[in-house]
Amino acid sequence: MLISVLILSALGVAFGLGLGWAALRFRVDSDPLVEKIDALLPQTQCGQCGYPGCRPYAEAISREEADINQCPPGGDTGIRALADLLGREPKPLNPENGDETPKTVVLIDESRCIGCTLCIQACPVDAIVGSTKLMHTVIRSECTGCNLCLPPCPVDCIEIIAAEENPPRWHRPRPQTAPDRVLLQ
Amino acid sequence: MIRSRQIEITQAAGQRTHHFHGGVHLRHNKKISCQDPVERPPLPGLLVVPLLQHAGDMAEALVRAGDKLLKGQPIGECQPCTTVHSPVSGFVEALEERPMSHPSGQPGPCVMIRPDGKENWAELNPLSDWQNASPDSLIEQIRNCGLAGLGGAVFPTHAKMRDGRDRKIHTLILNGVECEPYISCDEMLMREQPDKIILGARILRRALGADRVVIAIEDQMGAVHKALTGSAEFATSENVAVVKVPTIYPEGGERQLIQVLTGLEVPLGGRPSNLGLVCQNVATAAAVAEAVIEGKPLIERYVTVTGNGISHPRNFRALFGTPIAHLVDCCGGYTADVARLVVGGPMMGYPLDNDSAPVVKASNCVLALTRQDIAARQPEMPCIRCGECARVCPAMLLPQQLHLHISNELWKPTQEFGLEACIECGCCDYVCPSHIPLVDWFRYGKVELRKRDLESAATELARKRFENREARLSRRERERSEKMTRRKQMLQDKTTQQDRIRASIQRAERKTRPNPDAQGNGTPDDA
Repeated sequence: MLISVLILSALGVAFGLGLGWAALRFRVDSDPLVEKIDALLPQTQCGQCGYPGCRPYAEAISREEADINQCPPGGDTGIRALADLLGREPKPLNPENGDETPKTVVLIDESRCIGCTLCIQACPVDAIVGSTKLMHTVIRSECTGCNLCLPPCPVDCIEIIAAEENPPRWHRPRPQTAPDRVLLQ
Repeated sequence: MIRSRQIEITQAAGQRTHHFHGGVHLRHNKKISCQDPVERPPLPGLLVVPLLQHAGDMAEALVRAGDKLLKGQPIGECQPCTTVHSPVSGFVEALEERPMSHPSGQPGPCVMIRPDGKENWAELNPLSDWQNASPDSLIEQIRNCGLAGLGGAVFPTHAKMRDGRDRKIHTLILNGVECEPYISCDEMLMREQPDKIILGARILRRALGADRVVIAIEDQMGAVHKALTGSAEFATSENVAVVKVPTIYPEGGERQLIQVLTGLEVPLGGRPSNLGLVCQNVATAAAVAEAVIEGKPLIERYVTVTGNGISHPRNFRALFGTPIAHLVDCCGGYTADVARLVVGGPMMGYPLDNDSAPVVKASNCVLALTRQDIAARQPEMPCIRCGECARVCPAMLLPQQLHLHISNELWKPTQEFGLEACIECGCCDYVCPSHIPLVDWFRYGKVELRKRDLESAATELARKRFENREARLSRRERERSEKMTRRKQMLQDKTTQQDRIRASIQRAERKTRPNPDAQGNGTPDDA
């Protein structure tokens, strides 16, 4: 009787120590759920969701502070992906956060730019180059279309343009009907 | 161990033939275009030379409207891919957007050349002493002459050769297996210019550092076998073998041919060079011989103009930029019941709605079909899961599953079911009893997957830049606050500050006042 109690207690202590060590050794620093949510967000960093970037929004979703339908650039597909991941029902995009629009980028009218650097400070992905009193320009391939540079511009020299492939490529359409066949038998 | 066994097997390529999975037997329909010897058609009034002729990026135009051109002069250059040359001497009439020979049917930038009929060649730089030339100079010569795979995929030849040179290649395979029905341009080339093909193969072999050449032809090509093995070049060349392989579609595919010759599969995402092999089309080899021995750039190719919709089907040696309509006219025009124009073969070709499109490096065949050649359009039915498509698929895919996933836009399983391995041969399409345009779906799916890859790369970039910026801002903020606290600390410790000032004044005084006790310099005071 005593022996079995002792053995079981010893085992308990040993496993407890093992688990304690493993918890320290294999500790996960960040919440893996945040990473997973962040991976589904479009990374425009536009802040339309009410959070200062995609990662903060992902953190808010994982804390259940924010809903999954606050990301207009992600659109319906994004909401569906989030719903799949979190095991919730997909819902329509919250109109308060904005509408789903086709992807755009911005273009600085360089003749009107006064070189105030305000847009450079506003850009969340460092996609604008320039310096004080020198012309600024947008690196188009890096621009996410968040439009955060528009409000600070004092001379309104930034305009929104459609994000086009450069050079434009032809994409095969989704097949519609069966084509005719050539008889070869 | 496995590696050495693999080398052993691939070195025996062609000694015995194997099989690949699936495939279909098709009626050949090649004889009708093989009756006449190949000739150059008369010069057309205007040549339309597209600047996009290769797999890869558009070439940049080197000429402007009004420029005088010599035959073989470079008119377009694209650094990582290859050069486009003027097929005639004459002058540039314009640079315009014209319909290209491309599945999209969309116009693209073309150089319009009005020939002057003088055929004045630009200065050619042959490398006639090829036997002593370095592999690098041979590959550079191939690049400068604008060579691209003439089998239809137009992959720049020099890129393939460079990849091959960097690995250990022991065998060069020349692909003379023209498995698609109706097309006979390679067959005619092999019959008429066997010496050039074998010479080109030897040059390619030298550039690769390979030992053997295996020329693969179909077992139905009796005349070709006779021509190749009876040629003078063949008699004097060592380690060149001509191998007949059984005729089954799509045996002319690079991967399928290698499987037939070696019994091994080229790994997915890998290249034949992984197995120590490089595969080139026979027409490419002939063009290599011209490029190296004579210095002639690639400006013409053998083109089959055939089908029941053509009055007198035949093969031509046509300059790039020759409008297809001109070739058809040289064949006596269309028959009355012509219904459809196809560029390429009936299995992998694409329909063309405008015959003013030009011959390009990729155009191996112009096929005009009549109503009787084409099955009546049938409604697409749901998949009945008969599995015929999987039975004939040479890449051993499951087309029915792929179709299910792509049509439901499920991209992850699409990728897992190996869409990338699809060679778009059209066998599944051909046997599908429900008339589902499977290959169209797969082409669409491939583009969508590529688009998705690009998008996720852009997203990843944005994430990284955002994180870097956040890190930079927080670091700057931290540095500023540290600086602030340091300064505050100093201001608060007024007394220490005063003491330090006093100490430094004393130190200075001691230095300037002569010290009677010390001899020379006193020890430095560190307060």
